[in-house]
Amino acid sequence: MSVIVEGKNIVRDYHVPGGLLKKARTVHAVKGVSFSVEKGKTLAIVGESGCGKSTLARIITLIDSATAGDLIIEGQKVDIAKAPLTAEMRRKVQIIFQNPYGSLNPRQKIGDVLAEPLKINTDMPASERNDRAMAMLKKVGLGPEHFNRYPHMFSGGQRQRIAIARALMLNPSLLVLDEPVSALDLSVQAQVLNLLADLQDEFDLTYIFISHDLSVVRYIADEVMVMYYGEAVEYGTREAVFSNPQHDYTKTLFAATPRADVDSIRARIAAKKAAA
Amino acid sequence: MSRLFLRSPEAVAGTIILALLVAMALAAPWLFPRDPLAIAGPAMLPPFQDWTIPLGTDRLGRDVLSGLFHGARTSLAVGLAAAATSIVVGVLVGTIAGFAGGWVDEVLMRVTDAFQTVPGFLLALAFVSVAGPSLGVVVVAIALGAWTQPARITRAEVLSIRERDYVAGARVIGMHPAEIAFREVLPNALPPVLALSSVIVAAAVLTEAALSFLGLGDPNRVTWGGMIAEGRAVLRSAPFLSIVPGIALVLTVLGVYLVGEGAVEASAVKRGNA
Ligand SMILES: Nc1ncnc2c1ncn2[C@@H]1O[C@H](COP(=O)(O)OP(=O)(O)OP(=O)(O)O)[C@@H](O)[C@H]1O
Ligand SMILES: [Mg+2]
Repeated sequence: MSVIVEGKNIVRDYHVPGGLLKKARTVHAVKGVSFSVEKGKTLAIVGESGCGKSTLARIITLIDSATAGDLIIEGQKVDIAKAPLTAEMRRKVQIIFQNPYGSLNPRQKIGDVLAEPLKINTDMPASERNDRAMAMLKKVGLGPEHFNRYPHMFSGGQRQRIAIARALMLNPSLLVLDEPVSALDLSVQAQVLNLLADLQDEFDLTYIFISHDLSVVRYIADEVMVMYYGEAVEYGTREAVFSNPQHDYTKTLFAATPRADVDSIRARIAAKKAAA
Repeated sequence: MSRLFLRSPEAVAGTIILALLVAMALAAPWLFPRDPLAIAGPAMLPPFQDWTIPLGTDRLGRDVLSGLFHGARTSLAVGLAAAATSIVVGVLVGTIAGFAGGWVDEVLMRVTDAFQTVPGFLLALAFVSVAGPSLGVVVVAIALGAWTQPARITRAEVLSIRERDYVAGARVIGMHPAEIAFREVLPNALPPVLALSSVIVAAAVLTEAALSFLGLGDPNRVTWGGMIAEGRAVLRSAPFLSIVPGIALVLTVLGVYLVGEGAVEASAVKRGNA
């Protein structure tokens, strides 16, 4: 099995400039996190709000650079602060954001949203770009009638499907999903998670899946990393972490979460329907 | 949107006023093909005496109505051109400052500050006195004092929009930063700036009039400000010479302002409904 992405002691500090009354200070958002994910596998990153998950996601997807540490993607060390990214490297890693209402440009039609990555990174003719966009739209469960619509005409779940389609246009090997379903209804969550699982099989995708919902993590993860104040306090296979948590924070996290895997999500929906 | 717009009485009134003014400006060369600066009859003819010169003549015997029509051309042309120039420059500066950040932002905003601390009219005066009065110079002179506000507003918008996920997403698919700034960020930052445009146009029309009043307008064109200044010398014996162009000026500014208010209101209602 080949390793797709590897992080070694990744550190990220934010310098918050001071004002008249405040002193400048440094936020240590990520404090030396290491991980590695093999092809076709899913690493889930769990942790409470503000523990540095999104910061790590932006580093892995090469949006921001790390303050220190190494990021190795398909065996190549990448540092966007030192050398500009090649288009080749760019297309290997894509991201899905948490808020489906903020991740699509409100002034761009869906067809253009999907074709754009190809327009920028390839010299494919427009007709072929549109064909591929259309095919991808179908793959994520939307139809050709959606091609010329604007983002505000879609529901949150549909938007997230569009975001997924766009991320896959460049044939990436690694997809970073930053809480991709936490803004969605439970029933829609299950649909999107199933779609993600199907796509992972079909395209042999590697996922880094960020979440604070343990039921979702239990459903999708192969390996789990628990973050706490910028540190990885727990890291192991799903079975190991769930059955035998080592760190105190993980134990309280598990104790505080109602058991809710996809089966119990379904059960809850059924109960809701029965009650209504 | 247009139906919402026409529902407010202010917007309708403003639209009618502006439509009349535009019609005046466009019709001027056909209705008054003679040079409006040429002598048309006896000097200081009061209004409603001679029906070929309905609004009478000024001290030099020039047709007041013809001046009013040709003056509408100058006022609107200069007002719109100056406003467009200041909005384009302001939006460019604001986008670059907000998007680039760092020292670029610092430098551009200090320059903006510098321009903003000098009153716009003084800046225009100084510029015209140095560069000489001509239509183009007047446009630039007015824009010189008016671009800072759109620049500030655009920068503030851009600062918030550049943190949106779709901007990060554009970076992840490898879009060039300049393209991100002008295709992803700028269009979404525009609405509040455009809402301001009516105020900028109105201010530009007034500044143009003030410059002409002080004799710094293009001497080869009739302007309302120039007509008011011209009438001032005989204000007691022939007040209509100043009052008529004065009313035209007030109506123009009012019309622009009402249309702007109506548009802002309509878009607010639309957003509220969405
Ligand atoms: N641009 C920034 N400037 C300064 N501090 C920042 C910035 N971005 C994030 N931080 C800080 O870094 C820390 C980690 O933030 P991050 O967004 O990575 O958290 P998170 O785990 O994704 O939280 P959530 O679950 O709420 O999304 C927080 O304390 C946050 O305030
Ligand atoms: Mg986050």
